[in-house]
Amino acid sequence: MDSPLIPEGVKRCSPKLFFLWTLPWLGLLAWGGISAFLCLYKGLNQTNMSNIFAFALWIVFDLAVIALGAGAFFTGFLTYIIGKGELKNIINAAVIIGFICYSGAVAMLGIDIGQPIRGWFIFWHANVHSMLVEVSFCITCYLMVLGIEFIPIILENRQLDKVPELHFFGHNLHEIMAVFAATGTFLSFFHQGSLGGMYGVMYARPFAARGGFYVWPWTFFLFILSAIAAGPCFTILCTKLAEKITRKKLVPDRAVQTLAKISAWLLASYMVLKIADTLGWLYGIVPKAGLQFMDFYREGPYGVWLVVAELLICGIVPAIILMIPKAREHGGWLITACLLTCTGIVLNRFVFIVVNLAIPVMPFDRFWSYLPTWQEWGIGMAVVGYGFLLFSLAYRYLPVFPMEKNLNPVSE
Amino acid sequence: MEKEHGHGKHQYGMVIDLDKCTGCGTCMTACAAENNVSVRPDESDKQRSIAWMQLFKITNGKEFPHTEVSYFPRPCMHCNENGRGHHVSPCVSVCPPTATQLDLDTGIVSQIYTRCIGCRYCQAACPYKARYFNWWDGYFPKGKGLERYLSPEVSPRMRGVVEKCTFCHHRLMRAKTKAYAEGRREIEEGEYITACAEACPAQAITFGDLNNPKHKVSQLIKSPYAFRLLERLNTKPKVYYLSTKDWVRKMADNYLPGEFKPVTKIGG
Repeated sequence: MDSPLIPEGVKRCSPKLFFLWTLPWLGLLAWGGISAFLCLYKGLNQTNMSNIFAFALWIVFDLAVIALGAGAFFTGFLTYIIGKGELKNIINAAVIIGFICYSGAVAMLGIDIGQPIRGWFIFWHANVHSMLVEVSFCITCYLMVLGIEFIPIILENRQLDKVPELHFFGHNLHEIMAVFAATGTFLSFFHQGSLGGMYGVMYARPFAARGGFYVWPWTFFLFILSAIAAGPCFTILCTKLAEKITRKKLVPDRAVQTLAKISAWLLASYMVLKIADTLGWLYGIVPKAGLQFMDFYREGPYGVWLVVAELLICGIVPAIILMIPKAREHGGWLITACLLTCTGIVLNRFVFIVVNLAIPVMPFDRFWSYLPTWQEWGIGMAVVGYGFLLFSLAYRYLPVFPMEKNLNPVSE
Repeated sequence: MEKEHGHGKHQYGMVIDLDKCTGCGTCMTACAAENNVSVRPDESDKQRSIAWMQLFKITNGKEFPHTEVSYFPRPCMHCNENGRGHHVSPCVSVCPPTATQLDLDTGIVSQIYTRCIGCRYCQAACPYKARYFNWWDGYFPKGKGLERYLSPEVSPRMRGVVEKCTFCHHRLMRAKTKAYAEGRREIEEGEYITACAEACPAQAITFGDLNNPKHKVSQLIKSPYAFRLLERLNTKPKVYYLSTKDWVRKMADNYLPGEFKPVTKIGG
């Protein structure tokens, strides 16, 4: 039925099977739709956020997907600026994943703010000292860049490509993609950094506060480094998942191995700096505020296990696995290491957001707990559903993986 | 005590004598009534209720009969610095749409409700939890007299914005208007005081200009028993506390073992 739209030389499942595949994701989107309606119509009282947990699940989701979506700009940087040709086989997937992550995050932010209609005030009445202003400017601009990077992939659709004007437009966009890759890299560096900076500049919250260089706290640089280390891992995970589901080889091993190797060294450098930052914080900011390390991990479920899990299990361990060529060439180890890296980065964002707010600063204040409502989960899960749906549609109708035809010859 | 009350002409501030405070809560009630603070039919959700002036109960942690109790009334601290030496409060420097400002002429940290987008970054940045988000639409039950209590001088807040203590800024406007009408350029001590200071039956709260040596507040803060909440964070609050009890002063900040120094010399 939809065969004229499917790229030439590749095999896709029947429309009926594809429709059935989309049902769970449509279900998640519907759940998210109801949640979004309730939050916009009735207000944020539909969530379990509070004056203590001013940032909660949605901001964790936001920061997590933005860090994981960093594979888009970083792969673009490696492909078009550094000239890693083998990554051309994975760049389309990276761009689509990045677009999903960023557009999902922006949509979530639109619901997260108390007065969504006033969202444009950030740009109109911008407080240039606020890290969140830098985040907003860069994310908005970068989402546009991602849109521009996505257009030529859409225009490669079999039917659209037949229109000469669209064909030439897409071709010309391809030619100047290095410009957008460079712009995207610049913008991404700043918003990944500013997202980290947001927490480092909470100077009156000793758990998050950090020293730094000029106006940028150390978290600014650590968030950039962790995002470019975890982003490629997430791109690898997504392509491996696509390969598992489609039961096809979609990306040559060389591209995956290049990403894994680069990720390994970035993750290792990140871990060295993160440990140095943690020690600097522990022996500088913490005692200066009259506190000790264990003061932060005394109450509730947020114990020292968080530090062990983030730094050791989800940091040092995957860095070692990915650095050993034999280990990263082994499918199981590669996926384990990528999964651990991504978990570590999500955990890092969670610690800076939820744990930071859960720890009282005033000595006589009490510890509060927080569990998200179904509406909060609904919005988060909608981004997951949207991601699966958009990636599935892209895979079905667009030549996302250029080597798919060669790796999976269709016998006539 | 270190002096740093900004470079503006006036720096309004507050001194709360904890030895006088009985924890009656009149300050909280007066503040809420004065500033049109909305209520909920069920106020049991303390994580989401609004109290510009919050009262914390503290104890010395000892068993009866050595138990002692004190109360910490906590308005907005109207911080003068963000903790890194910048002349801006922790909440002001982070606010993306410039919806909150530190007025250098008065030292008051304002909140523009119609500018606030409700991102709540200021709440996350404030260590005193002095900022409150409107999780619901404003609610003033009709037929119970509450709607008649609304002050026309203070705008009620809409859902989805952050609000906080303004040191009853409208009272400053009122006092200034009166002074100008009478041909005066300056207001006298006592012409502008906050609702909580006015209502406190124990007269535990004193309000005035910290920069004016004639004002009582500027004299009270010279007491060796004067201290501020979380002073080590260097946010330079303009709300001071007085207590002769060491354990109360110790509870106002975090100290490593052996760091806290009790007051030994009176009159410094």
